[in-house]
Amino acid sequence: MAEKKGRFGVHGGQYIPETLMNAVIELEEAYNHYKDDPDFNKELKELLDEYAGRPSRLYYAEKMTKDLGGAKIYLKREDLNHTGSHKINNVLGQALLAKKMGKTRLIAETGAGQHGVATATAAALMGMECVVFMGEEDTKRQALNVYRMRLLGAEVIPVKSGTATLKDAVSEAMREWTSRISDTHYCLGSVMGPHPFPTIVRDFQAVISKEIKEQMLEKEGRLPDAVIACVGGGSNAIGTFYNFIEDTSVELIGCEAAGRGIDTFETAATINTGRLGIFHGMKSYFCQDKYGQIAPVYSISAGLDYPGIGPEHANLHDSGRAKYVPVTDDEAVEAFEYLSKTEGIIPAIESAHAVAYARKIAPQMDKDKIIVITISGRGDKDCAAIARYRGEDIYE
Amino acid sequence: MNKIHEAFEGGKAFIPFFTCGDPNLETTKAAVKEAVAAGADLIELGIPFSDPTAEGPVIQSANIRALNGGVTTDKVFDMVRDLRKEISTPFVFMTYANVVYSYGAQKFISTCGEIGVDGIILPDLPFEEKDEFSPICEEYGVDLISMIAPTSDNRIAMIARQAKGFIYLVSSLGVTGVRNEIKTDLESIVAVIRQNTSVPCAIGFGISKPEQAKKMSDISDGAIVGSAIIKIIEEYKENAPKIVGEYVRTMKNAMR
Repeated sequence: MAEKKGRFGVHGGQYIPETLMNAVIELEEAYNHYKDDPDFNKELKELLDEYAGRPSRLYYAEKMTKDLGGAKIYLKREDLNHTGSHKINNVLGQALLAKKMGKTRLIAETGAGQHGVATATAAALMGMECVVFMGEEDTKRQALNVYRMRLLGAEVIPVKSGTATLKDAVSEAMREWTSRISDTHYCLGSVMGPHPFPTIVRDFQAVISKEIKEQMLEKEGRLPDAVIACVGGGSNAIGTFYNFIEDTSVELIGCEAAGRGIDTFETAATINTGRLGIFHGMKSYFCQDKYGQIAPVYSISAGLDYPGIGPEHANLHDSGRAKYVPVTDDEAVEAFEYLSKTEGIIPAIESAHAVAYARKIAPQMDKDKIIVITISGRGDKDCAAIARYRGEDIYE
Repeated sequence: MNKIHEAFEGGKAFIPFFTCGDPNLETTKAAVKEAVAAGADLIELGIPFSDPTAEGPVIQSANIRALNGGVTTDKVFDMVRDLRKEISTPFVFMTYANVVYSYGAQKFISTCGEIGVDGIILPDLPFEEKDEFSPICEEYGVDLISMIAPTSDNRIAMIARQAKGFIYLVSSLGVTGVRNEIKTDLESIVAVIRQNTSVPCAIGFGISKPEQAKKMSDISDGAIVGSAIIKIIEEYKENAPKIVGEYVRTMKNAMR
């Protein structure tokens, strides 16, 4: 197939209503203009450093390393960013871009609420209006983040359609965008959707692997042997992988949410259980039935509870450059507790999926090997839900 | 042979939309027959999709009701085969790209050709991506219908020049659903379409009242009505077909 715009192998593209076509073309043109603009980049860097707290730390997890008895483990601490996750990297970039485009209103979807909080934060900072769409189910399991968004001045709209989770929030944000385009930028939170979003979000998240590389060279004088991140749509994972794609000695590992297991229907492991399809603006892998109806996926993690995966990941899977492994709810919850007790770091339940897989492979690796786990967010938001999972009711 | 052009030969075309299988396929079949008897010129048959991102709440709910009732693409094909024994009015499918892609585009589109579906409308397949299915559509004589929106501006001519069957002109921003007022300057859009193609153009989204149908068909070649019909079906369920027929008659009469 000829190389078409916004394609990663066969994946990607722009499968959206005609109503939105000029909006994504305008966005692409603006992005191409500003991405190499020194003033834009200076402004963005200042925001990332002074406001979001970049660079984030690359922390040597000594206790975890000793406990597991194998590879040396580093944690990329995206949880220490302002707003508590990697989502702020992309949001500050897109909000600044939207502002340059003359937009005065940001809309966003959110699963766990981390992207919604980041968008609400950027909107507050830049004096923009903000509306966040969130599955009603997720507004319940992430009530704290709903409050945070409202506190930051955003309107949160609970989405009741479909499974009332992340995919429905994306659908509703797309519907809203088709009805109000001229003053509104859709601040998409992951490396998904129609071109140019997968590219824009990846570029803004690539700072993660850029820093890992610099920090690793400084601390160890060499590249890591593997980098590990959790994958829903895949924004922190692509951020973690991107600057290592050419370094073939570095293994790229994405951890998908297997929910109750990939042999059950209650899973969100797209690469492991999905097949090629077209949805939410892109061609990629999706969990779906034989007639192409999108599956009602499940994971304990609201942020990974999505039936698709970004097109660049789909292509990295096809080429074999990255591998995508399933991690169950049980394994993630155990890793959530493990990292809290071992290192005193409470990871987001999303990030705990990556920690869980590292716990499996680190002991099998030699002590001179190095792995980096991206801790994409902090776990405070998950405490009530994990307590419930363990049969304990707590009141915030 | 493709019959879409026939819909526009006897004056302005009235195009009703049905979500197949809402509340069941028997009712859809009966409603289509009533609509044809009442003067519908082209029938738009929606194959339900789990996540219809271009639809407002009314048609979203119809999709869910139909899927919960167990409708599948194969069952919709069977329904069309049945209808084709009695009805020769042109049919087009309205569904989403994944329904076609997942079934196997070749298999889906060749079946359309075989059972007498004359066109396919896919709201999530814009001009830039139409090559995904258009070569196969051409092979089987099925028209891949192009949509033009209020935001299309500089894209109207490009889309119109390659349009097949008819052009679906979206009246307003946003998703499908009943609207009290349509404010878009549709006359100007239609003028650009006319300069670039002889393919007819019908307007849809937000049309529910006879006077709206009259106004929209005066400036174009026809009117497409979805949500207003789905609302009747939602309210009257199995008893809806007769009422749908009366509604279609009223709308069609207003356009004459």
